[in-house]
Amino acid sequence: MSDAHAHSIAFVRETELPPAPPPTAETGAVKWVRENLFSSIFNTIMTILGLLIVLYLLSGLIPWIVNGTWEGASIRDCRETLQGSGGGCFAVLAERWPQLLFGFQYPDYLRWRPSLAFALLFLAVPPVLFFKLPRWMLVITALYPFVAYWLIWGGTAITPIFALIGVIAGYFAFTRVERQGFVLGLLAGVIVAAIMWWIGGYIAAEEPGWLRIEAVPSREMGGFMLNMILGIVCVSLSIPIGIVLALGRQSRLPVVKGFCVVFIEFVRGVPLITLLFVANVVLAYFLPPGTNFDLIVRVIIMITMFSSAYIAEVIRGGLAALPKGQYEAGDSLGLDYAQSMRLIVLPQALKISIPGIVNVAVGLFKDTTLVSVISMFDLVGMIRGPILSSTAWTGVYWELWAAACVLFFVVCYGISQYSQWLERQLRTDHR
Amino acid sequence: MAALDTNPPGMIVSDEVAIDINNMNKWYGSFHVLRDIDLTVQRGERIVICGPSGSGKSTLIRCINALEEHQQGSIVVDGTPLSSDLKDIDKIRSEVGMCFQHFNLFPHLTIMENCTLAPIWVRKIPKKEAEETAMHFLEKVKIPEQADKYPGQLSGGQQQRVAIARSLCMRPRIMLFDEPTSALDPEMIKEVLDTMIQLAEEGMTMLCVTHEMGFARQVANRVIFMDAGQIVEQNAPEPFFTNPQNERTKLFLSQILGH
Repeated sequence: MSDAHAHSIAFVRETELPPAPPPTAETGAVKWVRENLFSSIFNTIMTILGLLIVLYLLSGLIPWIVNGTWEGASIRDCRETLQGSGGGCFAVLAERWPQLLFGFQYPDYLRWRPSLAFALLFLAVPPVLFFKLPRWMLVITALYPFVAYWLIWGGTAITPIFALIGVIAGYFAFTRVERQGFVLGLLAGVIVAAIMWWIGGYIAAEEPGWLRIEAVPSREMGGFMLNMILGIVCVSLSIPIGIVLALGRQSRLPVVKGFCVVFIEFVRGVPLITLLFVANVVLAYFLPPGTNFDLIVRVIIMITMFSSAYIAEVIRGGLAALPKGQYEAGDSLGLDYAQSMRLIVLPQALKISIPGIVNVAVGLFKDTTLVSVISMFDLVGMIRGPILSSTAWTGVYWELWAAACVLFFVVCYGISQYSQWLERQLRTDHR
Repeated sequence: MAALDTNPPGMIVSDEVAIDINNMNKWYGSFHVLRDIDLTVQRGERIVICGPSGSGKSTLIRCINALEEHQQGSIVVDGTPLSSDLKDIDKIRSEVGMCFQHFNLFPHLTIMENCTLAPIWVRKIPKKEAEETAMHFLEKVKIPEQADKYPGQLSGGQQQRVAIARSLCMRPRIMLFDEPTSALDPEMIKEVLDTMIQLAEEGMTMLCVTHEMGFARQVANRVIFMDAGQIVEQNAPEPFFTNPQNERTKLFLSQILGH
């Protein structure tokens, strides 16, 4: 130690320093603007340039919306009303909105049914999304798929009721046999459920009139409704399947692991559109002649396969990110594989995977528009086909595609906002 | 070499054998990590295992609850031989508590949930009863007021004490400690050691991998020194520290006690 510091070596603090508030520089909007928008010459130029671009876009967009017309029966009516004022021809939306939402074949007097199913969605989904809601509300969620199916497709209520009974019976069989082993329980559940469904199918064929509402075949589904059906069904199926695939890929059993790896790598290596063509055309060759395998079901299978492979990889990333100590702690407490996965590993791995899963879900929802290339009339299919090729509305591109964008944006932005909220809710590390 | 298998007279706490390891060998690939381990632990014994890093001491205690597999020899815990049968392994694991260097608490669960998880799911104890037990042990490790917090909100010493309480909630008959204080700040080591001393005084069978020689002197019946995967020397703490026999032990002790 040098002599210069000798006097400071022996030091004993006798007074406690009170905590002081941070220095208060100028605060408020002015400071923010100066620091963020005009801090340097380059920054100032960029700010002004940005403002000009925004102004330019708005100067085109606002008159298009404000001057637009919502009345008229064809693009010629629009042209007469607008007289070159630059407004949009929104009359097409006013006239064709039922087709955009429900397709052009769904009977108009039955549109209340899918609308009701959509409204019920807002009862059925929140219990899953917001875990602070009372748990009994999950019953609504569990019943929803069967009610929604009945409302949208119609027909005898026996089909969805027995589907539900099958699921319940399968679940009970599973919990009974689970003690003998998880896989055995799963097998028992599936067998019991399959028996119930078979009985249900038999009774439905015998008694087609029981609690019957008018049936609407799958080929008459269309519009945004079809996108919503595909999106919701495929997302809710592909998350559990993706979890199973991700766990299977880590399995010690070579057969399970091999199957999962081959499945994931194959599906990820193939474009979705080819899978859809397979669903539409090729699958028919493999099925026994005369079988009528619903096109929507085929498409759902393909999209679900596709997105579950992606979700599996996202979840695998989450599993890999967990410290090995978490697995060891679970093991050392005597938890078995299923318990330690369900209680310790998956809650943490899924939390890490939320952004990735949401990314896949949003992508999947938008990819449902690809069904338009296999001549299904979803929102995009409706616009490209029946609406734009009608003589009345040929050439009304901007308004229709803008409407499609708005519909998709609302849903996707909602999903993304939810996921950010969820991430904040699940943050327990406090670091 | 054949390890000393006999306890010095007067050290035996009970005639009952808690852990019996016979001629156990383990390899990582072609690397021979544990060589001819023979170790008998009586019920109520407190054993401290020390040795240089890489000597296999953590691996040894991790073999006892099957976190690591051994390839040769036998391990019998509480009369249950460790085999590849998952039922036996789960049974042993629920009887043997373990504390890790990095605590390994479950960060997504509160302290209370950390402590009640295994009793509820493995022991099938009703939730209310499990919570009472958890509270009892949290009081014992002196942090009942943290029960509703998450592990991330606690200090390292508090987290390690929760980890001890979490193991105790399973009412284990044997506790394994894998360097429980090496990840802690000096100020927090004492609070964890105090908890462990308290546990030892109550007669818990304990195996501790640790470098806390003060703890070894105060609590252990037996100190085991390992090097290169073998038990090199074992003795009661007093003769072990004052009169080590093996050259390797002397070198190790002079290095850790020499400053």
